[in-house]
Amino acid sequence: MDSNAILADMQPIFRDVLDQPDLVVTRESSALTVEDWDSLSHINIVTGVEKKFKVKFTLGELQKLKNVGEMVDLVAEKQQGK
Amino acid sequence: MDLNSLSVDELLTKRNSLRRQLSASTDLKELRIAVLGGSTTNELVGLFELLLLSDGFRPVFYQSDYGRFYDDAVHDPQALIDFKPDLVYVHTSCRNVQNAPPLSCTEAELASYVQTETARYAEIWDALERNVGCQVIQNNFEAPPYAILGNYDAIASGGLTRFLLQLNVSLSQEIAKRSKVILQDVHSISARLGLKQWFDWTRYFSYKLLLTPEAHLELARSFAATVSALYGKSRKVLVLDLDNTLWGGVIGDDGVDKIQIGRETPVAESYTAFQEYCLSLRNRGILLAVCSKNTEEIAKTGFEHPSSVLKLEHISCFKANWEPKHENILAIAQELNLGVDSFVFVDDNPAERSIVEAQVPGVAVPDVGSEVSKYAEIVEQGRYFESLSLSKEDLERAALYAENSQRAALERKFANYGEYLDSLEMVAEIDTFKPVYIERIAQLTNKTNQFNLTTRRYTLAEMESISTDSNYIGIYGRLIDRFGDNGLISIVLGRKDFEAPGGTLLLDLWLMSCRVLKRDMEVAMLDELVARAKQSGLARLIGYYLPTKKNGMVMEHYAGLGFEKTRMDADGTSEWTLDLAGYQPRNTHIRILETVNG
Repeated sequence: MDSNAILADMQPIFRDVLDQPDLVVTRESSALTVEDWDSLSHINIVTGVEKKFKVKFTLGELQKLKNVGEMVDLVAEKQQGK
Repeated sequence: MDLNSLSVDELLTKRNSLRRQLSASTDLKELRIAVLGGSTTNELVGLFELLLLSDGFRPVFYQSDYGRFYDDAVHDPQALIDFKPDLVYVHTSCRNVQNAPPLSCTEAELASYVQTETARYAEIWDALERNVGCQVIQNNFEAPPYAILGNYDAIASGGLTRFLLQLNVSLSQEIAKRSKVILQDVHSISARLGLKQWFDWTRYFSYKLLLTPEAHLELARSFAATVSALYGKSRKVLVLDLDNTLWGGVIGDDGVDKIQIGRETPVAESYTAFQEYCLSLRNRGILLAVCSKNTEEIAKTGFEHPSSVLKLEHISCFKANWEPKHENILAIAQELNLGVDSFVFVDDNPAERSIVEAQVPGVAVPDVGSEVSKYAEIVEQGRYFESLSLSKEDLERAALYAENSQRAALERKFANYGEYLDSLEMVAEIDTFKPVYIERIAQLTNKTNQFNLTTRRYTLAEMESISTDSNYIGIYGRLIDRFGDNGLISIVLGRKDFEAPGGTLLLDLWLMSCRVLKRDMEVAMLDELVARAKQSGLARLIGYYLPTKKNGMVMEHYAGLGFEKTRMDADGTSEWTLDLAGYQPRNTHIRILETVNG
């Protein structure tokens, strides 16, 4: 799965969790730029992504994530590793 | 909207839109809930909100700051007082325990650690009572994530497992004294889900969320059931279908003789277990009703089956007819004078479930599937009958029907074995073969290997023809004791033979299930056999022991009953004779049921 496809598949998670039906996140989106992306939504986003792509992030990885793009790359990396 | 059909992932990711849909309902009761947490409670509260909305509440929440459950209640309660809660939920975990004993703790010291920790919670409840005076829901504790000493952790007075076990007992005792505190039994809830799916260390170290989403959902479901019970919304009636729900088979087609109920087959045993589950609900005060597509008189015969655990007297309202089920359910509600929102409907047929669900809003219709061994578990998962207390009437009723404890434990208390046998209050039904039992009789001949003198096997057809053949005397025995019904457990089959003067009954078969060994059942069987042989004018019994690899236990069976050994073959086969002249009944421990039509 390439990163564009992963990003596309992530869109519904962001829309549902943040409750913004028209939201489109980009690789550069982050908690700083997207409205309502607070710590509780963040947990739901991470859990949603883990379940959807059947991957698990480690503590260190979670700590380093800066934006959506890094999460997409991490998912891609983990899927290849499987 | 049925939230039960959604996965925990869906509940969490779609939480906002679900909440919007559920909140649109106008008939919601406002409920102010303060959550005092020992870890991050946002996810849990989000789930509470959805489940309570769908149960007819409009919850408003107050959450203590992370980990400040004790301080908010005891030292700094103003915010809580201002919030004016209807309900306070104290949510802690084994991570919040402050007075766990050191490994070196002695047995005597352990009690004071337990007491200190219990007192800390009692202090919270007292403060809440003083300051806000509302109901409190308090958890007990799951087993610890690690047992440092392995199994010994549950034994050692310094083991955390042992400490938490004891603390849970202590909390229960303390809570039992208080009318305004209700226990959330996290110990059991976590065990049912499994501790491996309970703790979530990644989320704990990242966000101080200790539990998995799945664990939060279990807690939320149990919490919502307790809240519903608090506001009188617990269910009160279990409405049951009959065919393939309370027994296997279709009584209208198969007849009462052929329905599957009893101890005879795995399927029959599963239906019996489900009936027992229903009866246990009735004994604690849940009403049972029947709603079945059947002819009423035929449907009722099912409850006269000798193995039926449920009797007609247990059914508070009986509707068996050919009207649609949703109409019958409304009729039941009217007769019992209870709302359909207190009903739970159990039916193996998905079509009936779906019409009832669609036509009678408010009835709980769990998807029990069609596998009887799962019914009880699925009904349990619905938490429909959550109970906050047990009334005196409930208890008396339960005591009346109380069954089963450890027979072995009982046995130890008696001076001699006869006294123990008498205490069992055994009652036997012993009679000639009856159609209703023929399947079980044939089946017993094929699966009994140990207590079986000849190990002769019979097909159902052979047994059927023997049962109507006047050359045979066949008797079965069924044994009931104060702990319950053991079912049909013994068979003796004799063949009349008039070669020797006076006539002989040749015992082709004598077998018994090992579950009733050493109950004197064989003595009772002999009495009844002799009585019938005498009625037929026979002078003696001749029994055989045919040795197999498995039936060594009955080698001396006939000797024990006073038969004389009259032949012994080289292969170990032996022949035993009992002269009937002057035979006196010997059974003294089992009461024999008088057969009505015998």
